[in-house]
Amino acid sequence: MRSVMQQPFRTAVLVLVWGWLLFLVLTPNLLVIGASVMTRDPGTFISLPLNLDAYRQLFNPLYLDVFLHSLYMAAMTTLICLLIGYPFAWALSKVPRQRQMLLIFLLIVPFWTNSLVRTYALKLILATNGLLNNALMSVGLIDQPMQMLYTEGAVIIGLVYLLLPFMILPLYAVFDDLREDLLRASHDLGAGRLATFVHIIVPMTLPGVLAGVMLVLLPAMGLFFVPDILGGSRNLLVGNVIKNQFLDARNWPFGAAASIMLTLAMAFLMFAHRLSKRRIGEEGV
Amino acid sequence: MSRWLPRTYLTLVYLLLYVPILVLVVFSFNDSRSGYAWGGLSLRWYEALFNNRAMVQAMWNSLWLALSAATVSTVIGALTALALHRYRFRGKQVLNGMLFVVMMSPEIVLAISLLGLFLLVGLQLGYVSLLLAHVTFCLPFVVITVMARLSGFDERLPEAARDLGASDFTMTRTVLIPVIMPALLAGWLLGFTLSLDDVVVSTFVGGPSYEILPLRIYSMVRVGLKPEVNALGTLLLVFSLVMLMLSQWILLRSKR
Repeated sequence: MRSVMQQPFRTAVLVLVWGWLLFLVLTPNLLVIGASVMTRDPGTFISLPLNLDAYRQLFNPLYLDVFLHSLYMAAMTTLICLLIGYPFAWALSKVPRQRQMLLIFLLIVPFWTNSLVRTYALKLILATNGLLNNALMSVGLIDQPMQMLYTEGAVIIGLVYLLLPFMILPLYAVFDDLREDLLRASHDLGAGRLATFVHIIVPMTLPGVLAGVMLVLLPAMGLFFVPDILGGSRNLLVGNVIKNQFLDARNWPFGAAASIMLTLAMAFLMFAHRLSKRRIGEEGV
Repeated sequence: MSRWLPRTYLTLVYLLLYVPILVLVVFSFNDSRSGYAWGGLSLRWYEALFNNRAMVQAMWNSLWLALSAATVSTVIGALTALALHRYRFRGKQVLNGMLFVVMMSPEIVLAISLLGLFLLVGLQLGYVSLLLAHVTFCLPFVVITVMARLSGFDERLPEAARDLGASDFTMTRTVLIPVIMPALLAGWLLGFTLSLDDVVVSTFVGGPSYEILPLRIYSMVRVGLKPEVNALGTLLLVFSLVMLMLSQWILLRSKR
């Protein structure tokens, strides 16, 4: 091993990289953990003594309702994304290669487009005198415009619209890897379509499902601008609560505790994802 | 299985994805003030947009922020990828882990943790805090892009350079940088777009001294409809489409 003097470049690179990550990733995260067990203070945001009040407050019925409602909307979003995305990814993996590239490109174009602007576009469609109501009225399906904006449904539609590609891409990856010989073997052994689906396709695509759930469920609890634009004040996400606690109510311990709960949820999902992959590794061929 | 069923299904989902964007683009050329009814073709909202000085200022601010964040994150990200690829050092797993945490943690968690840090060290919220935050969330994406490029690379080239007496720095400059150039460009474009699109992190670490576009749009669309937003959205759409095609083109060309 050569000394530091002989490798100034290596040393400089490592110092820069470590410095950046320690200062802007590790320290801030430790700060959040610290803040969550401290006491709210109007002047300095947080102060001693240490306590678990913030975590206790999470279970206050008022907030618990908001969290459960947020979880419900996020779960519905995830479920709808899965129901739309699973057959979509399957169909996509059957398309000829050349066209597949184009279709995937078309799938990520919206992802590269400003998400605020896309959420706003939905408002044009869902508003009381918006396009969808006008269209439904002109074909005579409804007589009066329906209230679609500022409902739970509007928030879910917005979240699905923004997050669908994140469900489709990991699913596409597993369908693309699905081994045709296993499907043929299952068929040759006399399994029907349903049996093949339940015993081969579902377990083989499970890691993709879990990856998709991970990529949709958590952002679906954090994207506070979707309820702000589409949902009104009654359909809040955990993200709205965290934002309000930090920026308006200035209750940092509580906001920090809520964000730690989100992080723990992420860790749990990642663990499940890893587990499902390992199981397939063992049971697979 | 019949072939038209999956095809119809794919088409239907693509329609759902693209209808809102199409509506936005069409309505950006709408002369009507109401925002819902069609009142003939017009460029008035584009005109209104460019006559709004605060808006134009926010546009420049956003562009400058995205340019600088993409550049800084590409430099640091490339160096990180090179270090991870070439050097053996203690705590490599920790480094990898931190990058993974940044990429996987919900944006809002990153946002509040950075806000806490900036207030603790007394940094005034504005350009610098936005830059630090944007570079941090762009970093893992650059690292991954460059690592992917490095993993398919002939290890004998840097060895040969070293044997011929090149220092680490010279070898990096003359051998490694040219090899990872396409990944650098792709990573830069990705960082640029991520920065330009970010709402969540900027809401927390931005300040009134440096107003950027997404935050301005956010405050506009929260109350009612603003036809200027249609025009602005269309411009942003065209802009990111060009950037995306550029990055895909660079990546495809480098694979040949």
